[in-house]
Amino acid sequence: MIEVKNLHKGFGDVKVLKGINATFHPGKTNLIIGQSGAGKTVFLKSLIGLHAPEEGTISFDGRINTKFTIEEKRQWRQEIGMVFQGSALFDSQTVEENVMFPLKMFTKKSQAEMLERVNFVLDRVNLENSNTKLPAELSGGMQKRVAIARAIVMNPKYLFCDEPNSGLDPQTATVIDNLIQEITDEYQITTVINTHDMNSVMEIGEKILFLKDGKKEWEGSSEDMLKTDNKIVVDFVYSSNLFKKVREAYLNETK
Amino acid sequence: MNYIEHIGKYYLMLKQIFRKPQKGRIFYEALFKEIEELGIKSLGIISFISFFIGGVIALQTALNLDSPFIPDSLIGFAAKRSIILEFAPTFCSIILAGKVGSYITSSIGTMRVTEQIDALEVMGINSLSHLVLPKVIATVFFYPFLIVLAMALGIFGGWLAGVLSGLFSGVDYIQGLQTTFDPFLITYAIIKTLIFAFLIATVPSYHGYYVKGGSIAVGKASTQSVVWTTILIVVANYFLTQMLLT
Repeated sequence: MIEVKNLHKGFGDVKVLKGINATFHPGKTNLIIGQSGAGKTVFLKSLIGLHAPEEGTISFDGRINTKFTIEEKRQWRQEIGMVFQGSALFDSQTVEENVMFPLKMFTKKSQAEMLERVNFVLDRVNLENSNTKLPAELSGGMQKRVAIARAIVMNPKYLFCDEPNSGLDPQTATVIDNLIQEITDEYQITTVINTHDMNSVMEIGEKILFLKDGKKEWEGSSEDMLKTDNKIVVDFVYSSNLFKKVREAYLNETK
Repeated sequence: MNYIEHIGKYYLMLKQIFRKPQKGRIFYEALFKEIEELGIKSLGIISFISFFIGGVIALQTALNLDSPFIPDSLIGFAAKRSIILEFAPTFCSIILAGKVGSYITSSIGTMRVTEQIDALEVMGINSLSHLVLPKVIATVFFYPFLIVLAMALGIFGGWLAGVLSGLFSGVDYIQGLQTTFDPFLITYAIIKTLIFAFLIATVPSYHGYYVKGGSIAVGKASTQSVVWTTILIVVANYFLTQMLLT
């Protein structure tokens, strides 16, 4: 479980996060949504320790990340998996080398054991027979799947995804969403996803956090989101006619 | 950001670079890759330029020393001194600053803008040590060999130019090479090379690592890194010459 208490973060005079409180539970896909510039990426980067909070705390199963010793921090890092917006695969390494990299760096497994684990996770993300390909030879969706495989290869307790389906076609985006949800459920990972994609919100949003101007504006499930009368959330989420109709149909049905 | 801030940030970067690598095996793999990328792949250009510049130095010296009172052996002597003292260590380092420096900045800069460095940091890896230390060790270890090769090829190029042009004889040239040979000159050239190699690895790494923006920013950082590495090599050359030879 991840608990965020009164998180503040700024850059110079610009205050980006202004006292966010949130709790993310294991086995659930937690989504962070909001307009561009709302502070989603800074929030996510604060969670994974790339930005130090100015005020407030982030605790991982009771352990506050700013109070870690060097050894505890190293251990905590290995409990984290991260899928970056652009996949962030190492260009010069093959798919197999990319996925094997954390194992080589942090475990004492033999080459055969590492290869077995790599093949297992590649199989899990439906990417068999791509071991020797370079990232440049893969499609966007395949790159995302390699990034997910690399993120889960160390059996993380916490999985973070920054816009995992940006730039993907709707079908591939759904495959990636479902994959993340399945993995979260299967391994009981605490997953936090930063997204703009309203399909993802409706499909896999077990818990949704809506940020506006660095503050938490709204919190709930995808079902709660259909029922909410928060004007800011409604204007943002149901800005397209399709979603407006979906909401109207849902509200009519549940009257 | 002013120059003082850049200097401070550069020294803080150096402090991070010289940390114990997390996994020896991965470090050695990276080191051999960098020796190939930064050293062995520069052999061709350094050999080619050294050979022809050596020839030009010898020809220019011969053409400008046309007095009958000056022996032809002086051509070999002057070519040897020019090549060992300045051409090989300084001129070749400036060429390497252009070739290798832009490669280092663009490769690390691209890793920065595509979040590959963030990915390393999230995994708990000291990205500076992981990316830059193998480059520093590879250049500092390999460039002295490259510079000694440049000296040999430059001197050989001078000899061949004389023999082919008929402006001086090979025997006179070799006699000039053997006149008052001071082994410290080689030591001086190697010391300079080690300092320049360090600059060639670290200054472009600094520009690449702290780049902000996208591909245009990476391109600008590459240009800046070559300019600054060249400036620092020239300035360091002046101070090293004063410290070591006067």
